[in-house]
Amino acid sequence: MSDLALGNEHHHHHPFLQHHFEDLGQQHEASTLGMWMFLCTEILFFGGILCAYWIYRVMYPEAWAVAAELQNKLYGGLNTIVLIISSLTMALAVRAAQVGSRMWQLGMLFATLIFGSVFLAVKGIEYSMHWHEGLFPGSHFTWHEHPAVAQKVQLFMCFYWGLTGLHALHMIIGAGLLLWIIGRAWRNDFGPEYYAPVEIMGLYWHFVDIVWIFLFPFLYLIHGVHHG
Amino acid sequence: MADQQHLEHAPHSHVTPLYVYFTVFFALAIGTLLTWYASTIDLQEWNTPVALIIATIKAVLVILFFMHVKYSTRLTWVVVVASFLWLGVLFVLTFADYLTRGWLMK
Repeated sequence: MSDLALGNEHHHHHPFLQHHFEDLGQQHEASTLGMWMFLCTEILFFGGILCAYWIYRVMYPEAWAVAAELQNKLYGGLNTIVLIISSLTMALAVRAAQVGSRMWQLGMLFATLIFGSVFLAVKGIEYSMHWHEGLFPGSHFTWHEHPAVAQKVQLFMCFYWGLTGLHALHMIIGAGLLLWIIGRAWRNDFGPEYYAPVEIMGLYWHFVDIVWIFLFPFLYLIHGVHHG
Repeated sequence: MADQQHLEHAPHSHVTPLYVYFTVFFALAIGTLLTWYASTIDLQEWNTPVALIIATIKAVLVILFFMHVKYSTRLTWVVVVASFLWLGVLFVLTFADYLTRGWLMK
């Protein structure tokens, strides 16, 4: 309804309006919808692994509690906060694009990249620690403090490395996408009329944050019955 | 809290006020501390549900405000809700099997 009137106002052709869309509003909605379709597949992708995780957690609750005690809760918690801050700066970057501030956009995108890198660095330290503790599954798995549950702890560590590894892979891809978006923001591509790529970048980044919001309690914070 | 007139088919222009982003951020930070604290105390069989509830609330906050779903079109809502509906099917049907396997023996 109001789209028609809006369309008439815009006689000039926006350089980033693709020919198969009526206007930038429609293009933006299509992009958002498409991204959510992709995120739906991502939710089910991580969901499938988490479902397997829960099956074994229900089967071996004690081993799972023992294994969670082997995780560094301080690093895990710190990383959760770091990722939440990066989500805030990402949301602020989208807002800066909406209100047309190139400087804030660049600053917030860069801050997101920095916090994302801090997360990956802390994760790297944790990985190195677990490797030296003999907590990498397979022939490197030498941990045997509780021989009765060692095999099941190894199973937990498969989920730990798999889930955090896939999450870290998403972070690395996200950092690459951020570099691309920073480049485009630098060229002043985005503004109140057109900021769909920044918005889509935000959707991806926040999704990866949500995955970690669940991974943190699932992998680091299991209250063991026998630990009191 | 949102201006109602912006909700319906605003092409791509809902600018969330800054205080909303900061409020959500602080809620997420408090949720993180809370989930850590809850894991240190013995809540009997409630430790796991409490952790799940806090994580779910945090995820909903991120989806609604950071991901702008609150201000998105109904079609976007359908896809978002469908995602979690299918996730629910995955979990419910799987656990309808695994959690009931011992029942026949009794």
